[in-house]
Amino acid sequence: MLTLRGRVHKFGANIDTDVIIPARYLNMYTPEELAPHCLEGVDAEFTRRVQPGDVIMAETNFGCGSSREHAPLAIRGAGVGCVVAKSFARIFYRNAINLGLPILECPEAVDGSDPGDELAVELESGTIRNLTKEMQFQAKPYPEFMLELLAAGGLVEYTTRRLAAGKRS
Amino acid sequence: MGMTLAEKILAAHCDRKELRAGELINCRVDFVLANDVTAPLAIGQFRRLGVEKPFDAQRVAMVPSHFAPNKDIKSAENAKVMREFALEQGIVYYEQGRAGIEHVLLPDDGWVLPGDVVVGADSHTCTYGALGCFATGMGSTDIACAMATGDIWMRVPETMKMTYRGRLKPWVGGKDIILSTIGDIGTDGALYRAIEFQGEALSQLSMEQRFTITNMTIEAGGKAGLMVPDAVTLGYVRARAKREWRVYEPDPDAGYVEEHEYDVGELEPMVALPFSPDNVVPLSKAPRVEIDQVFIGSCTNGRLSDLRLAAQIMEGRQVHPRVRCMVIPASNDVYLAALKEGLLTVFAEAGCAVSTSTCGPCLGGYMGVLAEGERCVSTSNRNFPGRMGHPKAEVYLANPAVAAASAIAGRLAGPEEVV
Repeated sequence: MLTLRGRVHKFGANIDTDVIIPARYLNMYTPEELAPHCLEGVDAEFTRRVQPGDVIMAETNFGCGSSREHAPLAIRGAGVGCVVAKSFARIFYRNAINLGLPILECPEAVDGSDPGDELAVELESGTIRNLTKEMQFQAKPYPEFMLELLAAGGLVEYTTRRLAAGKRS
Repeated sequence: MGMTLAEKILAAHCDRKELRAGELINCRVDFVLANDVTAPLAIGQFRRLGVEKPFDAQRVAMVPSHFAPNKDIKSAENAKVMREFALEQGIVYYEQGRAGIEHVLLPDDGWVLPGDVVVGADSHTCTYGALGCFATGMGSTDIACAMATGDIWMRVPETMKMTYRGRLKPWVGGKDIILSTIGDIGTDGALYRAIEFQGEALSQLSMEQRFTITNMTIEAGGKAGLMVPDAVTLGYVRARAKREWRVYEPDPDAGYVEEHEYDVGELEPMVALPFSPDNVVPLSKAPRVEIDQVFIGSCTNGRLSDLRLAAQIMEGRQVHPRVRCMVIPASNDVYLAALKEGLLTVFAEAGCAVSTSTCGPCLGGYMGVLAEGERCVSTSNRNFPGRMGHPKAEVYLANPAVAAASAIAGRLAGPEEVV
């Protein structure tokens, strides 16, 4: 369960939400509508190059700026399977997990990978294998409930299941 | 190694004896809130969950504050969605004339208390941390789920310890302490982290001044800003608490990711120049620019002691003929108290526009939106481009005494220049 395979697209530090999805597109709400504009502020070709399951890799503070949930929605809509960064801005981190976009913090993997490298990411263990370079990196694994959340497809879906199972506190 | 105040509170809310920064937990929440901008989205997500009722209606508040009293038809429609949901569910709700900015109203009415975990769909939810609780801002989806289940997932933050020593000079307060701290560590200086604010300089401060400090934790990127409750805290809480509460303290051997010490004895009033809250200089080094507007209010500095400070400077003086000075008490209780003390008369006689409570001008919503090239001295919390109106309008963040003095001088000025 939850093993992702895809090629690396690399970005720098402080990729902010205005770059991920500019404010002029915030009148739209679905991943499909937002996807064509994903990261166009920093790489106009990105949505043409990205393949389903690909991995965004970035330096520190990815997703800084506003709290707009449109940012992780756009990335998910573009088909990105996972974001690996040295660090994430706090609100982006929450919004991504809540909306079912897997993200991992692993500085070594970012430093040890190049654009186009093929990765296999096991979310359950946090293991990131660079198949091109035959290297392996370890991100901090998610606890069980976070894996359930990601597997469910986001916080609303996860919470719906919990409620159905009678786990309401 | 012991636990920090944030770790202690979070551990108690997920039945753990020990917690470490970096762990992901699922913890109970004591209070959940949203406002007229974020509640309609949260209500939509709540309905998707298929839940009939919130986990506890009296632990959820919805407060019309941002565009309230309604500024246009769209904001009126949103406020209506929130009001109807709140009334139908029996959620804590305040209508205009009894309401205010949630971050002033909810502590003042005893809804948020020491030891609580509070989550709110507003970034300044961190204000309540001055009470010794863990309070943090989130998105509408988080708030919808917390409202349904009574719990929330959380990454336990590392804690920075800030210790303040010395006795503050006249005209210097909580606003100047937090502005100087943000100036020191930057707008991402506390990213992912909680801040524990400590030290003898804070013991001397009223609850209101302390709220001003924790309020701006988010402007340093922080997740929560906390203070250990003392006699001042408990005096404030006892008079208001709607339910039981619990005091937590950090362990003496708690692990902090960073520790900073500041001597605030020589601190002067501070100003954040355009266009970032970390672009901070002492008032003596700030340019004496001519201004068009002054705003005294907001969840940062719209409390009674803030208005008293401003009135002290305004009394018997006149706002500069070129300047609009908006004075907005942060809640109806603050408004009423200021009215009874004669403060509103002082402001009106000085030529200020005094309004009912709203967040309005702070976020460029209404009631004082700036035109291109205009300059405003504001007691609020953010001065990014476009924050209070046109992207080329300039906002200077300062304490209420500096704001009042500037209104009279018609330029950025300190209290001693006009009194």
